[in-house]
Amino acid sequence: MTEKYTALYEAHKRLGASFTDFGGWQMPLKYSSELAEHKAVRSAAGLFDLSHMGEVEVSGPDAGAFLDYALVGKLSAVKTGRAKYSLITNNDGGIIDDLISYRLAEDSYLVVPNAGNADTVAAELSTRAEGFDVTVTNVSAETSLVAVQGPAAEAILLELVPAEQAEAVTGMKYYAAATVGIRAGERTLDLLVARTGYTGEDGFEIYVPNDDAGTLWSVLLAAGEGRGLIPAGLACRDSLRLEAGMPLYGNELTLDTDPYAAGLGPVVALSKEGNFVGRSALEARKAAGPARRLVGLKGSGRRSARSSYPVLSSDGETVIGEVTSGAPSPTLGFPVALAYVDEAYTEPGTTLSVDLRGKPESFTVVELPFYKRSKQ
Amino acid sequence: MSKVNAGLRYSAEHEWVDSSSPVRVGISAVAADALGDVVYVDLPAVGDTVTAGETCGEVESTKSVSDLYAPVSGEIVEINQEAIDNPALLNEDPYGAGWLFTVNATAEGALLSAEEYAEKNGGDL
Repeated sequence: MTEKYTALYEAHKRLGASFTDFGGWQMPLKYSSELAEHKAVRSAAGLFDLSHMGEVEVSGPDAGAFLDYALVGKLSAVKTGRAKYSLITNNDGGIIDDLISYRLAEDSYLVVPNAGNADTVAAELSTRAEGFDVTVTNVSAETSLVAVQGPAAEAILLELVPAEQAEAVTGMKYYAAATVGIRAGERTLDLLVARTGYTGEDGFEIYVPNDDAGTLWSVLLAAGEGRGLIPAGLACRDSLRLEAGMPLYGNELTLDTDPYAAGLGPVVALSKEGNFVGRSALEARKAAGPARRLVGLKGSGRRSARSSYPVLSSDGETVIGEVTSGAPSPTLGFPVALAYVDEAYTEPGTTLSVDLRGKPESFTVVELPFYKRSKQ
Repeated sequence: MSKVNAGLRYSAEHEWVDSSSPVRVGISAVAADALGDVVYVDLPAVGDTVTAGETCGEVESTKSVSDLYAPVSGEIVEINQEAIDNPALLNEDPYGAGWLFTVNATAEGALLSAEEYAEKNGGDL
């Protein structure tokens, strides 16, 4: 596969980023220290380039009905200006991707799949659109995405928003989106700003045409300088989302994952009218109940469980599950992990063991998320 | 670019050894940078015997874990408690305060000169 570069690649190089491949893209892993970046997002703000994420426009009179058929959620019930987390599954109910859809107008949605799945999702949506009066357009290649995440995110964004539009930002609810003017020198960029994120903090994701991505990045860096904002890479994005108990496609979610096992049952709208792709398989899966479920694990020692490590019963005799993500939590100071374990071991408080490269270590099942920000 | 300290020799697994006696051992800046922020170090105990080329501990960062290989054989004389208590020293000063342990070396594994190691790993001498 040819490596792909975001419109901000040169800006990252100038900031001294080290890069990693993610979903076929060369993305900044970290700029200085991933721990410092993690802490900045929890205490002030971090600036992320998420341009590897996909963007697929769905428009036309049948847009809502089409997404009700193509995705597991009831997207037609989403109000204009609001967003919804959903899944696209195959006929067997296996997860092709998890995605966020924004309703931009009565007959227009923006669907945002993960980087590595963008082409697959765009192709699936096009195939599923047959018979609906909709147009599906993959605009991923032209669209950049920049996120400001952290408790200082709103104040930083407000530095750049014309006073008469400030209320569009301050009044914006979580999982809402609106077009907002962002001052960039002499110009004002009218951009889609969403109060969404993947860090467990307040924050905004801003969709921007590639040509203006560098400008937006620079003005946000400058506006945040006095408020503790630093550029933040994918390493801390992963530890932040893990603390927030959010699944990562490829780790917690795969084509073999049952949404009910992943704790995403509420995302599947079996009550909506009409057929949708995966419905009968998902009905059967719900009725049967998953054999294993995704749980949070808290480590008692200093060593962390990592993806693919076996989970054992506390006596170490029986393999009862597998770790999908794990790391030392920078905020909490102990190891945390997500793992699929047999139903009988999912009760919070249950003590388990994880095989850490041949040495068993004790872990306890805990409620998710591991970290929840305090509401102001 | 990660720094390679000219006065040291290196194992292929990124440990450095100095020329003192007992020899002092640590991990290179190349390794520390690749690991990311080190949060946990597991070292052999004083009095343990380590064997060149075999694992003798591990270094864990926020995003991954790596085995630590003994670059020389012999008995562990001293371990760096400060590095255990503050693993960030491995990132901040891998050739200095972030040293790991000292060994009464009876044999050496295959060690590279600083020039050879830098050439192989793209480090800055």
